[in-house]
Amino acid sequence: MTFVTKPRVHHPRLPVNEIGLTRRDYEGSVSTLCAGCGHDSVSAAIVQACANLSIPPHQFAKLSGIGCSSKTPSYFLNKSHGFNSVHGRMPSVATGANLANRELYCIGVSGDGDSASIGLGQFAHIVRRRINMLYVVDNNGTYGLTKGQFSATNDKGSTSKRGVPNLYDPIDLVSMALQLGASFVARSFSGDKKQLVPLIQAGLKHKGMAFIDVISPCVAFNNHNGSTKSYEYVRGHTQPVVGADYIPESEEITADYAPGTTEDVKMPDGSMLRLHKIDDDYDPHDRVKALNYVQSRQAQGEVVTGLLYMEEDPMDCHDILRTVEKPLNALQDDVLCPGGDALAGINESYR
Amino acid sequence: MKPTNIFDPNYFHKVVDCQWACPAHTPVPEYIRLIAQERYTEAYMLNWDSNVFPGVLGRTCDRPCEPACRRVRTEENPVAICRLKRVAADNKGDIAAYLPKVPAQKNGRKIALIGGGPASLAVARDLLPLGYEIDLFDKDPAGGGMMRSQIPAFRLPEEVLDEEVNLILDMGVNAHFNHEVTSMKEMLDKNYDAYFVGTGAPKGRDLELPGRAEVGPHIHIGIEWLASVAFGHIDSIEGKVIVMGGGNTAMDCCRTALRLGAESVSVVVRSAFDVMKASDWEKEDAMNEGIPIINNHPPKAYVHENGKLKGVLFDKVEAIKGDDGRYTYEPTGEEVFMECDHVLMAIGQDNHCPWIERDVGIEFDKWDCPVLDEETLQSDNPKVFFGGDSAFGPENIIWASAHAHKAAISIHLFCQGKDLKADRPPEGVNLLSTKMGVHEWAYDSNHDPSARHLVPHADPAKALSDVKLEVELGFDRALGAKEAQRCLNCDVQTVFSEKLCIECDACVDICPMDCISFTENAEEDVLRNLLTAPASNKEQDLYVSEDLKTGRVMVKDEDVCLHCGLCAERCPTNAWDMQRSVVHVPQLGSYSAG
Repeated sequence: MTFVTKPRVHHPRLPVNEIGLTRRDYEGSVSTLCAGCGHDSVSAAIVQACANLSIPPHQFAKLSGIGCSSKTPSYFLNKSHGFNSVHGRMPSVATGANLANRELYCIGVSGDGDSASIGLGQFAHIVRRRINMLYVVDNNGTYGLTKGQFSATNDKGSTSKRGVPNLYDPIDLVSMALQLGASFVARSFSGDKKQLVPLIQAGLKHKGMAFIDVISPCVAFNNHNGSTKSYEYVRGHTQPVVGADYIPESEEITADYAPGTTEDVKMPDGSMLRLHKIDDDYDPHDRVKALNYVQSRQAQGEVVTGLLYMEEDPMDCHDILRTVEKPLNALQDDVLCPGGDALAGINESYR
Repeated sequence: MKPTNIFDPNYFHKVVDCQWACPAHTPVPEYIRLIAQERYTEAYMLNWDSNVFPGVLGRTCDRPCEPACRRVRTEENPVAICRLKRVAADNKGDIAAYLPKVPAQKNGRKIALIGGGPASLAVARDLLPLGYEIDLFDKDPAGGGMMRSQIPAFRLPEEVLDEEVNLILDMGVNAHFNHEVTSMKEMLDKNYDAYFVGTGAPKGRDLELPGRAEVGPHIHIGIEWLASVAFGHIDSIEGKVIVMGGGNTAMDCCRTALRLGAESVSVVVRSAFDVMKASDWEKEDAMNEGIPIINNHPPKAYVHENGKLKGVLFDKVEAIKGDDGRYTYEPTGEEVFMECDHVLMAIGQDNHCPWIERDVGIEFDKWDCPVLDEETLQSDNPKVFFGGDSAFGPENIIWASAHAHKAAISIHLFCQGKDLKADRPPEGVNLLSTKMGVHEWAYDSNHDPSARHLVPHADPAKALSDVKLEVELGFDRALGAKEAQRCLNCDVQTVFSEKLCIECDACVDICPMDCISFTENAEEDVLRNLLTAPASNKEQDLYVSEDLKTGRVMVKDEDVCLHCGLCAERCPTNAWDMQRSVVHVPQLGSYSAG
C-alpha cells in the first residue's frame, strides 16, 4: 500500500482520445493491493483500453464481488457507476444492471475464488444467459486476502509458498466458458499488456458474454519456484494462438501481417477486430476445436493465451428475450403502463 | 543502446538540472531541503561553499538554474531558486563555526590578485585556508568590484555586500584599495608565485553617431555612471533621459535615473523585445516602475543645437521572426525623433587591459581577451591566471565564482609543481539510499502542485524616491517554506537493479509521468519512440538497464520524472530505490572539506 497520493500532474505530451480525455482521466484511486500485484496491471490495462475506446467514463458500470480482484474496480474509472457486491454474486448484480440499462458497458471483475469457488454457480449461469458484458477474472490461483491457501484454479502439483503440493485438479474457467456458451473467450497474462489491452477493447465492444481469464500473479503468496502462476512460470509456458488488434471505426487499417494469417471481424459498431493467427491450424470460430485445443495444450503444461473463441454472429440476453431497444430504466410510465384498453386487448388474446 | 553507467559523475548530475546549469554547480535541492527544515545556516554555508556570495546572488544572480528547473517542463514556472537562496542568507545564524580555518603558519607562497571583484575574492577564499599569502589590489576604495559599482543599492543593499566581501577580507587578505595596477610588468617583477587577474570587463561601449563630439557632456557610459552613483559622486539627473541598450545594465540605468529625479526615462533598444539580453524579471521590474521599453529602434544621430543635446534620431525597423526563431530587421523608412537631455549608453562592455604590456608572455585574441586554457584558466605566461569577466568577456557573478574555483585549483597545483590537468582532482558521485522504512523516505516525496509564489515588493512610491531602498523584500520564512516544498528533489535518483526486477509492470502503471517503459532494446532514435510516452526531449538522457530475463530492457526517460518515488514504493522487490546523488565538484578550502 502506498501512502503518498499519485500526483495529478501528467506527462505534458500525453495523448488525448477522441473525446479529449487522457488515460489519466480513466484512473481510479491509488491501489491498496500489495506492491507488484498482477491485478494492478489488469486495472491499468482496463484504464488504457477504456481510454483507447474514447467512451465517456460515465457510460461504464463496474461490478465486483469479494476478494483482491474485486477491490480493483476502485482503482480504475472513478467517474463511472460501480457496485461492489456480495462474495460470488457479481453476476447477479451485473445481470440486473445490464437488463435495466442495456446501453451501459458492464465490466465485471472477479477472481478465482469469487468465480471458481463460492460463485461458480453464478458464473455458469451468467455465461449461459449471455449477458452483454466483459467478465474479467484476475486469476492468481491463490486466496491472497486470507494468506495464500490454494484456490480452485490452482494446478495439481503446484506448491504453496512453503512447498506443500496441491492435491486437486484445477477448474479451468476458459473451458467452462466455452462449454457454457460464452460468445467471446480469451486468456491473457497481466504481464503482457500488448496482448491484454486490445482483448479488453474487443471484449467491451463484443455483443454478448465476453470472458477473459487473466493470469495475474500474486506477488505475496504465489510467485515462487513451485508455482504455476508466477511471473516467471507463465512467461516460460505461454502459447499465444490468436492475437487480436482492435481497430476503431475512425482509424485506417495500417497494421501489416503476413498474408493468409489474418482475418478481419466486424464489430457491431463498425469497428474492426483484426485477428492474426500464430498457429495456422487454429480456428477461433470453432467452439469444439477450441475446447479441444485448450485442453490438449493444457495437458502438456502449456498455457494457451490470446483470443481463443469468438462467435461470428453473437446474440445477447436482450436478443434472446426480445426486449425493446430503449433501456428499460428509461421507459416512462405511459409505456410501462399502457392503460386499461391495452390490458383488455391482452386479456382478449387469451380467450 | 548500451546500459547507462550511473557511476559516471555526470549522469545523475545532469538529472539535477538546476545544479548542472549552475556554473558553480551549487547543490540546489539539498539547500532547499535545508531551508524546508529551517536549517538556514547550513543552507547558507552549502551555498557559500559553491558560489561564495549567497546573499548577493540571492538578489542579483542571473539564475541559469531557473530556466533549467524541471518544473518548467512538468508545469510551467520554475522553483524560485534564487529567492530561496536569499531566504537562507536573510535567516542564517552565526556562521563562524562553519568557516574554514586559516592557518597562522603560512605555506610560504605569495599570490597577487589584481582586481577586487567576485572572482578575485573567491580565489582568495579558496586559497587562504591552505596557507597562501594573498595580496589583493583594486583601484576602488572598497572591495566587491562590479557588485559594488554596477549593481544599484535598491537591488543589492550595501550591508549585504559588505558582509560577504568582508567575510573574505577578514580571513587575512592583504588588501590594497585605491591602488590601480598600471603595469603587469611591474607586478611580475615583484616575483609573486602566481598572479590572478580578475579585473572584469571595465570598458563600457560608446556609440559613434553624427553629433557625438558636440554633445559630449550629455552622453554617459552606463557602467561608469552607475559607479559614480554607487560611490556618491552623482546624486541627481535632470530632464528627460534615454537609456540605450537592452541588457541588465540598461535596466539598472533606467531605474536608477528614475530614482535620481529624471523627468522621464525611456529605454530604447535596437532589437526586438524577446531577444533583449536583460533577464525577464529585470525587464518586468523596470516596466512595473512605468518605464517604457521601445524596441526595434536603431539610433541614427544625436540632434543638438548650440552644443546642447536636443534628442536622438532613430530609424524604425520591422522585426521579422524567421523559422529558425531568429529575427531579421527590415527598414520601414520611418524616422523617429525622441527628445532628451541625457543619454545613458548601456550597449555592452568590453575587456580592456591596457595595463598588461603585450610583451610579458600573455597572448590576447582579436576581442582583446587573453588566450587561456579553458580548463585551467592559465594564460600563456604560466604564472598568470584569469577569471571572471576578464577571462572570456562579460558574464555574471556566478561565472566569476565558478572560474575562481577552477583557477584556485590550478594555482595550488602550479605552486606545488604539479601538472595542471593530469593532477587535477576528479569529479565524483556518491549514491545514498533514502529508504527509511517500507514507505518512508529521507525526503519529502509528496508532489506539491502549488504555483510559484510571488516575492513581495516595497511600496512603489517609497521605492522610487530612495535609490538605496531595496525593492524586493524577499520571501519571509513562511513563504520560503512554502516555495521550498515546490522543489522536486531531483537529486534523489531513481536507481534500478536489473537482478531484482520481476517485470511485474507495477512501476510502469503507477508512474504519474509515464517515464518508465519495458521494451525491446534499439538504437537511441528508435528507442525514444518505443516508450510509453515518446521521449522527444533529446537534451534529457534515457536511463537504460542491462538486459532483463525476458530479453527486454527497462528504459526511463529522465525528462519529466517528478522524483516522487512511487516506482520504488510500488516495487515488490526493491528493484527501484530512491538514492540521493551527491556530486563532488572539486574545490579547495570548502567548509565541508574542513
